[in-house]
Amino acid sequence: MTIALVSTAVVLVGVGLLVTSAPGWDRVRETYFDWEDAKAAFPEIAKAFWVNIKAFLVAEVLILALAMLVAVVRVVPSAWMAPLKVVATVYTDVFRGTPTLLIVLLVGFGVPTLGLQGTPTDPFWLGVIALTLSYGAYVAEVLRAGILSVHPSQWASGRALGLSYGKTLRYVVLPQAVRRVTPPLLNDFVSLQKDTALLSAIGVFEALRQAQVYSARDFIFTPMVVAAVFFIVATIPLARFTDWLSLRAARRQSGAA
Amino acid sequence: MSALLDARAVRKTYGAHDVLKGVDLSVAPHQVVCLIGASGSGKSTLLRCLNLLEVVDDGEIWFDGREITDPRVDVDDVRRDIGIVFQAFNLFPHMSVLDNVTLGPRKTRGVRRRDAEERASALLTRFGLADQVRKHPDALSGGQQQRVALVRALAMEPKVLLLDEITSALDPQLVGEVLEAVRDLKDAGMTIVMATHEMQFAREIADEVLFLDDGVVRERGAAEQLFSAPRDPRTREFLGRHLG
Repeated sequence: MTIALVSTAVVLVGVGLLVTSAPGWDRVRETYFDWEDAKAAFPEIAKAFWVNIKAFLVAEVLILALAMLVAVVRVVPSAWMAPLKVVATVYTDVFRGTPTLLIVLLVGFGVPTLGLQGTPTDPFWLGVIALTLSYGAYVAEVLRAGILSVHPSQWASGRALGLSYGKTLRYVVLPQAVRRVTPPLLNDFVSLQKDTALLSAIGVFEALRQAQVYSARDFIFTPMVVAAVFFIVATIPLARFTDWLSLRAARRQSGAA
Repeated sequence: MSALLDARAVRKTYGAHDVLKGVDLSVAPHQVVCLIGASGSGKSTLLRCLNLLEVVDDGEIWFDGREITDPRVDVDDVRRDIGIVFQAFNLFPHMSVLDNVTLGPRKTRGVRRRDAEERASALLTRFGLADQVRKHPDALSGGQQQRVALVRALAMEPKVLLLDEITSALDPQLVGEVLEAVRDLKDAGMTIVMATHEMQFAREIADEVLFLDDGVVRERGAAEQLFSAPRDPRTREFLGRHLG
């Protein structure tokens, strides 16, 4: 314990000294870590970060719905689902293989160009759709892996009670599958929270975009660091929540009801 | 007496492997039929065919006056009346004991939660599980888990109960409590088809015993006759190994 503390302190102090003694440190401090600049940028970035939170929360719900649908379609062993299965498989292959930034750009600029009646033109919603499409493919695969990890005897037990395929899936298999994949799912959502910054590329006024405005005007990067701090602080509760859930799951498994 | 469950010339093949080569089985109401035979002789497969977890390749199964191997039959509807308990318990690990037992009645028969729980509690109490109601299956001993599995099947009020080597996965000292539960059920008039390696128990409880060997019924008869005076040499050899 003490060894861990001491060695950590030594390393941190060493790195700190090394960085601050670098010849360019004063300039770095001025452009990246200026306290006055940080204070000045804080209120606007905080307001803009609310857009990131909103995009995250909305996308999260849509992603779960889409991913669940895709995962179930791919798992169900039914012949008449075959065409849907092809669609679901192509979807996951395409959207998992395409960089998220590219999808944001394609949806953000492509869909309005189509000019179809009823399609959204608000960059925020286009961005949310792009994130949903991209992350939906990942999350669908995570859920599918979870479903397949549930032992066939659980299916047999549910069906033997007279539950239909759908009810067995709903009450017996999915709850177990979701529990198993919750840690990797939350990990994906931590990543999603950060990727809301990609919406800046299609003109959504979120935290990164707001910071860029300052940088472009005053040639300072402290607002970027402020934005970074916002993202970090926002992901920490989610990370701790993941830890707590895993712990609880482990405790449940070991018997305490 | 007319049969409640009647299998006629049932065949089941997995790839090139014939697991059941034309098996007949007839179970009258309130009768206990035991299936004995070596592992791989087809006992489990036969039970799984009886409640349609496996699709038979040939032959017919009649249950309660209708042919359930008819492809137009609603399999879920049939299974509600045929309970099965597996060797490995297969309880739902994410649910409490009570929820394990009430899921079937609530979701297939539309029983209200309160009514289902009341009935489940009564059944659990009857099988000595009153203190385990709120626990999750992993917190229970093997014997307790298997009794919960029995209660889960009984909660559906099945007309027949299929028991697939339900004591084979248990520690020897836990076998007794589960067999005791089966004996209670027989005394209460339940119709039971039971695959088992517990020869002594089969001898005591069975009205009829079938010796399965390599996918066929090598010998069948009243328990006393089959155990004390087996006619087929294969039966004699099998019993010689298992009765010691």
